[in-house]
Amino acid sequence: MSVALNEVRSYPAKPGDVYLFGTCVLDLFDPDAGVSAASLLENSNISVHYPQDQTCCGQPAYTSGFPDAARQVAARQLHLFAENWPIVVPSGSCAGMMRHHWPRLFEDDPALGPLAASIAARVFELTEFLLHVVKATWPQTGANERVVLHTSCTARREMGTHLSARALLAQIPNVELVLQDHETECCGFGGAFSVKHPEISAAMASDKIEAIEATGAATMISADGGCLLNLNGTLEKRGSTLRGQHIASYLWQHAKDAA
Amino acid sequence: MNRPANPPMPINFHANVRRVVANPVLRASFRGAMDFLTAKRATQFPDANAFETLRAQGEQIRQYALSRLPDLLEQLETNLTRNGIQVHWAQTPDEACRLIIDIASRAGGGLVVKGKSMVSEEIELNHALEAAGISALESDMGEYIVQLAGEKPSHIIMPAIHKTKEEIARLFADKVPGVEYTNSVDELIQIGRRVLRDKFRDTRVGLSGVNVAVAETGTLCLVENEGNGRMCTTVPDVHIAITGIEKVVEKLEHVPPLMTLLTRSATGQAITTYFNWISSPRRDGEMDGPKEVHLVLLDNGRSTAYADERLRATLQCIRCGACMNHCPVYARVGGHAYGTTYPGPIGKIVSPHMLGLEATRDLVTASSLCGACGEVCPVKIPIPDLLLQLRQQSQGHSKAPQLPGAGSGHKTLQSIAYRLFAGLYSRPALYRIFGLLATRLRAFSPNQQGAWTRSRVPLRPAGHSLHERMKSRNGAKVK
Ligand code: SF4
Repeated sequence: MSVALNEVRSYPAKPGDVYLFGTCVLDLFDPDAGVSAASLLENSNISVHYPQDQTCCGQPAYTSGFPDAARQVAARQLHLFAENWPIVVPSGSCAGMMRHHWPRLFEDDPALGPLAASIAARVFELTEFLLHVVKATWPQTGANERVVLHTSCTARREMGTHLSARALLAQIPNVELVLQDHETECCGFGGAFSVKHPEISAAMASDKIEAIEATGAATMISADGGCLLNLNGTLEKRGSTLRGQHIASYLWQHAKDAA
Repeated sequence: MNRPANPPMPINFHANVRRVVANPVLRASFRGAMDFLTAKRATQFPDANAFETLRAQGEQIRQYALSRLPDLLEQLETNLTRNGIQVHWAQTPDEACRLIIDIASRAGGGLVVKGKSMVSEEIELNHALEAAGISALESDMGEYIVQLAGEKPSHIIMPAIHKTKEEIARLFADKVPGVEYTNSVDELIQIGRRVLRDKFRDTRVGLSGVNVAVAETGTLCLVENEGNGRMCTTVPDVHIAITGIEKVVEKLEHVPPLMTLLTRSATGQAITTYFNWISSPRRDGEMDGPKEVHLVLLDNGRSTAYADERLRATLQCIRCGACMNHCPVYARVGGHAYGTTYPGPIGKIVSPHMLGLEATRDLVTASSLCGACGEVCPVKIPIPDLLLQLRQQSQGHSKAPQLPGAGSGHKTLQSIAYRLFAGLYSRPALYRIFGLLATRLRAFSPNQQGAWTRSRVPLRPAGHSLHERMKSRNGAKVK
């Protein structure tokens, strides 16, 4: 592995340009979050480049035991980031795939291996980028608000970015961040796991939702679209009115409200 | 490669899961038990950096031992033999059972009193003994309860964790002669102890597991809290120890870091009440101790895992159970659902080399890869990575060497799905057309989307994809 897990990462100075890798989940199911991520970056005077040829990091195939299919998909992404700009990914899980698993996927490939490794070094999850590189801050807006954050397992254990999402929210003066019971536990998504083991996945999702609802927070946020598909899909099926929102959408809303 | 002639039938994991998940009382009780264990462990590792340092040391010790495994096993045999401990090698569970039955029969033991040993569960020793006309009595309280109930352990450290106090009280009243119903924990423990005391006095053969075997000194280490392990290994004339071939370390000084990681991770104790170092049978002039000590070293697929460098880390395990206690899947389904001797995350990575990938094909997929197991493992086994490896082997997508049953997880429909995925997502122009269709035809998204919609509303694309929206914008500024 070219990049150690849980490393203490040193961050570059704020760049003039970045690539945005929007992820396949946001592309089809929550494009607002992707646009918000771009807006947040642009609002800090960063030009956002969105390669139109991007599709997916290949993770669904990779985690199901289909490395060749994953490689085929990932290989198409490797040529999209020709400039030496940071690649910002609004998902801990896809960022983790690109940063930690792409180099392994191509480690035996003399041509793509070094390319994958150099790209991995430039991959940043959105919240860590906003916090440590953009050093964005948010002014006070509106009334006080209780917010509960669901952090994805990959953000926590692969990217180490769960704390940056929390730190960003903590910067907003009128936001009171509350912690749910068993905060560190998985929401039960896990890609194909959610349909291969639907009973276990559903049990995990409903426990997560009950813990979140018990906080009494009216706003639920996550930095991962996969978790949100799972949790929002379950919330709606249960008839709950609570919906999780991608952190990019939430922060962009705040930036607009404050303006 | 020891490919089983008749591979075991696939474990019916899904049916087992459905039974448990539907039972809220059971689920709440698992959750409570796991919370208790995780909280106890947390008190032992208050400082994350200190834990990282200690577990890096644990990992190093185990990796070093594995890197020299063949040598160390030879050295262990030499030194144990010099100390008067008889060493036996068993390739399969059957061989191990036969060896133990032979030793017990020669000792004239109609009864074997057992300390806690997961390897003895792995080889299903109690059945084999019974078939040979020898009774087995479990002396660890949890194992005793499980044996009374005619069940198997549901946890490698806490075998009876699936049982409530009331269930145990009822079990004792029903199964132990002359016992009245009581749900006082103290009284229940006293009942068990009384039964076992008498047996210890009378039996000729005691059996135990081993936590670590030290090659340079020929020493067997055994940690326990109830004193039953010490009784089993010292009172009967013959002590038979059984363990897997991976449990060896080179030096005595390797034991303390591993054992402190083990007991803190397992039960949240800095050290167990009893720490047994077994270095020989009774010597001339000694007043007590067994007259014979035997060690059975079991392979049962371990050398297959060893041969595959990508799976070798599996053998670092010190069987602390922390990965189970922190696993959101284990907490939902409990140990029995796995249908294997070793449940939970550790069970998912060791069962494939013991039983083959066909029997365990639903276990290797039963993880969201959340990584909670790898995060707490005291010897840093990258359990999620190993699951990925096993998934690849299960699909037949891994280079040799492979485990028995490789490729048995292959399903044509699934392969087609991933081939379609790869074909579509590796052709950007085609993918954009797909995105356009999916968003424009969103109203026609199916209402039934297989297992997804059992507990969730259907997935429905947005009106316009991110690709489209990013194409038609010129940046945003609010300040
Ligand atoms: S895999 Fe690690 S955490 Fe799990 S039982 Fe083994 S040593 Fe303990």
